Amino acid sequence: MTRVNLLLLAILVAFALSLVTARHQSRKLFVELERAQADARGFETEYGKLSLEQSTWGMPARIEKVAREQLKMQLPDAGRIVVVSGGTVR
Amino acid sequence: MRRIATKATVKAALKLPGSRAAILFALMAVSFAVLASRALYLQWLDNAFLQERGAARYSRELEVPAHRGRIVDRFGNPLAISTPVKSLWAFPQQFDATPAQLASLARVLDTSALALKKRIAGADDFVYLAKQVSPETAERALALKIRGLNDENAYRRYYPGGEVTSQIIGFTGDHDAGQEGMELAQQSWLAGIPGSRRVIVNRRGDVVEDVASIRAPQEGRDLALSIDSRLQYLAFRELKKAVEANKARAGGLVILDVNTGEILALANLPTYNPNNRDRSSRDRMRNRALTDVFEPGSTLKPFTIAAALDIGKVRPDTLIDTNGGVMKIGSATIHDAHREGTLTVSQVIQKSSNIGAAKIALSMSPNTMWRELSEAGFGTMPRTGFPGEASGRLRPAKSWKPIEQATISYGNGISVNLVQLARAYTLFATDGELKPITLLKTDGAVIGHPVIKPKTAAEVRAMLESVTQPGGTAPQAQVRGYRVAGKTGTAHKLENHVYVNKYVASFVGFAPVSNPRLIVAVMIDEPSTGDYYGGGVAGPVFSEVMGAALRMLGVPTDAPVDNVKLPTDADVVKEET
Repeated sequence: MTRVNLLLLAILVAFALSLVTARHQSRKLFVELERAQADARGFETEYGKLSLEQSTWGMPARIEKVAREQLKMQLPDAGRIVVVSGGTVR
Repeated sequence: MRRIATKATVKAALKLPGSRAAILFALMAVSFAVLASRALYLQWLDNAFLQERGAARYSRELEVPAHRGRIVDRFGNPLAISTPVKSLWAFPQQFDATPAQLASLARVLDTSALALKKRIAGADDFVYLAKQVSPETAERALALKIRGLNDENAYRRYYPGGEVTSQIIGFTGDHDAGQEGMELAQQSWLAGIPGSRRVIVNRRGDVVEDVASIRAPQEGRDLALSIDSRLQYLAFRELKKAVEANKARAGGLVILDVNTGEILALANLPTYNPNNRDRSSRDRMRNRALTDVFEPGSTLKPFTIAAALDIGKVRPDTLIDTNGGVMKIGSATIHDAHREGTLTVSQVIQKSSNIGAAKIALSMSPNTMWRELSEAGFGTMPRTGFPGEASGRLRPAKSWKPIEQATISYGNGISVNLVQLARAYTLFATDGELKPITLLKTDGAVIGHPVIKPKTAAEVRAMLESVTQPGGTAPQAQVRGYRVAGKTGTAHKLENHVYVNKYVASFVGFAPVSNPRLIVAVMIDEPSTGDYYGGGVAGPVFSEVMGAALRMLGVPTDAPVDNVKLPTDADVVKEET
């Protein structure tokens, strides 16, 4: 009888300890999850900022301005455009 | 002996009066009763309050933010994006800053200490010290540790397209709610619904455990518009050039995809910058092409002719006597801008003869004509999903007198918006179908609603092509390498029910004629540098936009690319209405 009790006690202690570690693990993982989620939000924010920046730089209005003013480019007038048509090129 | 003595003493002590024990017992019983009732009270009656107080120490309800969806063009380029910002606020009674703190705060917020002081003193309840500042700025402000200074998360909407796309997209107001344009129309699609969750925090306020998710956040969804950023910019640039060159009051330009009914570009002038709206009036914010109506003038003639062709009243080569440019209907007289003798029906369109159109109109019953115009979408909203669309005005046929039927045939006494007009031309760009149109990206072609016979559509298409050829009203609308078809409009404006010498010049057309892909409609309101004819004012804009757009989309050419006869003034036929 005593041996059975001792065995049960040992099992109880083992489970109690495993519960403690599980709790601890779960807290640790949770903190990690929190951090990952915060990171994800941060990345999302940054993605938004970068795509905003990209589209601001890439707006046709700006491209045209740079092409005209800095690169001294211009639209060819109709007389200087040759359309190559033929074969399979469409 | 000593032992006995001790025993005797104990015995003596035990012989105390019984009442004392009873008193003590009663006292203890009462104390227990008090404790028990207190415990009972705390455990059962006051439990909820205490639980709440306890929870307040370790449990927090956090809001989980959800951002508003982006608005993108058909290729996914962002046109409206939300980025997180912070607002700083305070209750004036609680706000307490030393002069030094206030000065540093003013420096961080890029304002003066005096202005801040005024702001706080001027409010009696709740005051924003700074709205929508970057998270970094807010952090620096909070680092000053001023008592009573709080922050709040918010989102700010940015519009990279600026004034080029502002009238389509609109803008959001406080609390991220759409106020104009597609931001308003698609509010429920775009808006995110913030969620909330209950967490356990430690002494320092860090979250240590997630207890429960009370409400899952619902992120706003992205919205893809039918707009093509490149074409939109092209349309805006050319329209702006024309409005400035003609010193016009306003202008509009629409590019429609014939097959899918998508609006690829929709530009309006004047416009505004949605990122800095402080100085823009409501007037500039209007999307005129959709919300304003005008009398279209001659751009309506093809519909009159199509109705007559459809019921077999005339054929393209039927001869019409235009009476040398003057015609009396009842007590009224109508005129042509240029004298012509006898014209074929095709030439009525090519040279834009009012009298020709009126005579053809009067050969039909008002009902026939009304039904055709109505089925072409006039008088009903174009249903693009844009808020505040105008339906235009097409009066019921019953109320038409002959003079009205005659003037409606060339676009007076009827009002349309520019998008409606562009859409109606799908009749001629397809085999007589009216296509539904949309501002949202769609996949593939849509089925239209047949209005006129395919044969009629082909005949009118040929007439419209002749408009852009020598002898027509708009050779300026020609595009190198592509066959184009279209119709000019030059309408007097109505002011207080009287026609005045102010004009709306317009051109609506499509290309390539062999397999139409795009419809472009241009409207210039009150050109005031002399030329006010649709062909001369709106025609070149059409040509530039159509040519560049077809090249950008890689549409195969269907006309010789060289040997294009450039129009000279002598070739151009002027028209009015």
